[in-house]
Amino acid sequence: MGHSYTPGLRVTESARLERERRLPLRGDVLVRVGDVVEPGTVVARTELPGNVQIVNLAAKLSIDPAKAVDSLLQPVGSTVAADEPIAFAKGLFGFGRTEVKAPCSGVIESVSPVTGQLVLREPPIPVEVTAYVSGRVARVLEGEGVVVETRGAFLQGIFGVGGEACGAIAVPVNTPDAELQPADLGAEHRGRVVVGGAYVSYDTLMRARDIGVAAVIVGGFDDGDLKRLLGRDLGVAITGAEQLGFSLVLTEGFGRIPMAQRTWKLLKQHVGREASVSGATQIRAGVMRPEVVIPIGDDVPERAEESGGGLEVGAMVRVIREPWFGRIGRVAALPAELAALETEALVRVLEIEFADDRERRIVPRANVERIAP
Amino acid sequence: MSGIPADIRSILATDCGSTTTKAILIERGPDGYRLRVRGEAPTTVEAPFEDVTRGVLNAVREVEELCGRKLLDGDRIRTPQVGDEGVDLYVSTSSAGGGLQMMVTGLVKQMTGESAQRAALGAGAIVMDVMALNDGRRPHEKIQLLRQLRPDMILLSGGTDGGDVKRVAEMAELLAAADPKARLGAGYELPVIYAGNRDAAEVVRGSLGERTALKTVANLRPQAEREHLGPARDAIHDLFMEHVMAHAPGYKKLMTWSPVPIMPTPGAVGLIIEKIAKRDRMAVLGVDIGGATTDVFSVFRVPGTEETMFNRTVSANLGMSYSISNVMAEAGLANILRWVPFPVNELDLRNRIKNKMIRPTSIPQTLEDLVIEQAICREALRLSFVQHRALAVGLKGKQQARDISDAMSQTASGESLVNLVDLGLVVGSGGVLSHAPRRAQSLLMMLDAFLPEGVTELAVDSIFMTPQLGVLSTVHEQAATEVFERDCLIVLGACVAPIGPGKPGQPCVTVEVKTASGSTATHRAAYGDLVLVPGDGGERWTLTVTPERGFDVGAGRGKPLVRDVRPGVVGLVLDARGRQPFALPADDAARIDRLRAWNRALALYPKEL
Repeated sequence: MGHSYTPGLRVTESARLERERRLPLRGDVLVRVGDVVEPGTVVARTELPGNVQIVNLAAKLSIDPAKAVDSLLQPVGSTVAADEPIAFAKGLFGFGRTEVKAPCSGVIESVSPVTGQLVLREPPIPVEVTAYVSGRVARVLEGEGVVVETRGAFLQGIFGVGGEACGAIAVPVNTPDAELQPADLGAEHRGRVVVGGAYVSYDTLMRARDIGVAAVIVGGFDDGDLKRLLGRDLGVAITGAEQLGFSLVLTEGFGRIPMAQRTWKLLKQHVGREASVSGATQIRAGVMRPEVVIPIGDDVPERAEESGGGLEVGAMVRVIREPWFGRIGRVAALPAELAALETEALVRVLEIEFADDRERRIVPRANVERIAP
Repeated sequence: MSGIPADIRSILATDCGSTTTKAILIERGPDGYRLRVRGEAPTTVEAPFEDVTRGVLNAVREVEELCGRKLLDGDRIRTPQVGDEGVDLYVSTSSAGGGLQMMVTGLVKQMTGESAQRAALGAGAIVMDVMALNDGRRPHEKIQLLRQLRPDMILLSGGTDGGDVKRVAEMAELLAAADPKARLGAGYELPVIYAGNRDAAEVVRGSLGERTALKTVANLRPQAEREHLGPARDAIHDLFMEHVMAHAPGYKKLMTWSPVPIMPTPGAVGLIIEKIAKRDRMAVLGVDIGGATTDVFSVFRVPGTEETMFNRTVSANLGMSYSISNVMAEAGLANILRWVPFPVNELDLRNRIKNKMIRPTSIPQTLEDLVIEQAICREALRLSFVQHRALAVGLKGKQQARDISDAMSQTASGESLVNLVDLGLVVGSGGVLSHAPRRAQSLLMMLDAFLPEGVTELAVDSIFMTPQLGVLSTVHEQAATEVFERDCLIVLGACVAPIGPGKPGQPCVTVEVKTASGSTATHRAAYGDLVLVPGDGGERWTLTVTPERGFDVGAGRGKPLVRDVRPGVVGLVLDARGRQPFALPADDAARIDRLRAWNRALALYPKEL
């Protein structure tokens, strides 16, 4: 089996990487340039303004909006607890008393004399940003975050879901074409980045979640299971915000597809080492792929990445569409003239000799991807 | 326009699509301008190339190989033509990377938010999200979203002139807090257009002036009951060229190759559709189905007037590659599978669709795969058309100031302008329609998706060159028109579709066909049937269409209609499958039986499926 290269996907043994870590709002940066950080190190912190609750005092108390301010039991700016009375009005002819209680804890921010609405802001929400990868702080983005630099092995998947996770790499399957089964997972995989082979099922992922696996990296996964996992059909491939309890990275695609040999070897080589994983994917221009970063340290030299190169006779390729989806072989011929497919479409084709049975077939050039020898 | 020679002998035009870059070579011969050859290559906006000109050069090299002429000078297009080398003019359009992706904001989602959305859609943008103070999301959720979506541009609106400043300021502060980065090229400021309450312009500048490339234009909703979308739309076009295109990988270089500004693909196609409608004086529907988006264009008469109105909608996430999975999500698998005349394993189909999404340049190799892709196309077209009909509606009130190029109009209460009986011509464009192995496949895909009523002609862009001709028409009308007439527009044929319910086998419609040579023939269709009268290569047929009682072809129930049509390369299709309602049998076996019969009637595929 060859090494897979989907155009644009990086798989490299050693690279220098930078990851920007920014707060959603301005706040405090807690580290300095040169500081050594771990994935869980909090590098910046802020407080997001709390949610706002609107209470229509004029309507609830049946008073003129202009008198809403006068109905307050505590002045604007006061902190109130949930269910605490915040305003009142006397009933008709001064009999009886109507009260309005705070719907939540918070601060009375304002009362409008025009609408009679009270704005109650809930307590601020603390937000922290972690370093995500082990490394050094390369730059500080004043009041916003930092750029963390690391050197390590790096690979991009073709599709992923879930946010960021980190843990030591574990490979409980023996071959890149094996399915990751529920029985392969045990308590020892809690907090680990688990590498499967060709396939993982929904049931196995649920087992992984129950155990507390941090991330699963695998060749293929069924779209039907993705729908179960997300609770909806994924239309546009913009992911990363899902709250799944783990991250999932597919290295090859949908279905049962053996993990590319090079990816497999790279992950096997680093069993036990900490890896940072992000499932965030955006398939459009300015594409964002899921990733696995395995920090190794400064002493490992950076290596030039191999490229898939162009199509030529003898090149190793993988078919990426039916009827031979996923099969690997060598380019046996590159006829110059257009050829008619079964569909009657006239397209540029190549002749492939499959690696497993030496059978030769005609495939559209658009339906193969170059893989390294 | 400077840089354009007076005497043009040859033109090279490219369209950089999200998946493929298409190049055409036009040359002037004894009979005027004609298409010489066409080449294509994968678009190279993505890694590892990240330079759109690579794909352009590859497509031009294919043109060079096919025509045997030298057009390139190293890594540049050779202009002007010297001897047999080079071309006199190079022009280009682009929708690479899914076109222009915008976020719009307003104070109230249903008011300024909706107006801002219409302005952005009208400019050919994809609206990723409409953000408003009352949209139910908390401030930090909005901030996260702004950062996550990485739009190309933001349109900030809100408030009527002289109205509330504070809430506009709140929205600007939210944007400033988010400090969103543009998706293409992290090293430039995100373009933001402010088109809200003029009294708040200074406050907005204070918040965003230093963080973004802010441009302030006239309020798009100066009064609650008045919209004024033109200035915002023009600003979007300007910033698209100045910022987004200039920072997309390789576009800066590409822009120096042509004396004509690069035009967004939907804008160029829209120009052509408007020209056809004007020339032929008929209602026209155009559709361009791409990898990421589907654009629908229409020119219909405004009811009660002699005026026509041009509308354009962009269905952002309906397409045949990047967005193919969203077609499945929005249409549902059952709606896709209803067009497939054989049983399909749903699990397998789901994986196939997702794999096409993540590897968007692959093509169907088997007939079954082609049929499935064409089924998905039907649903993408249908959904895009549903969106178009909902948004292409008449003016809400006389207070509204709009011009014909405002692509979107009122959604709330206006009546849709799209009247299928009036529709004279449907023009399809985009790879799945232009490259269908048999033209009848394109014709039936469009019939199934749009369900035209009465008598309608259908055509396709022969090899998908409408965008290039659209941009060319802005600088050389004659060349664009001549190539469009002779080499671009392929008339597929005409369709007669009676309206009204019926029972299978019941007589439905009779059509007498009189050819240009004077010969006549009569053809009949029973309810539920699809009948093809093959074209004879003639230019015009005169049809006398007589519907049975209870059926209407545009003149009223049971009333005959005489109409001239072009029989085209496929012919005349009597579509008696039903309109209002059109329904496929619920039973699977009966449905498959019907589909196979219709496929046979049109000789749709080389073998029975």
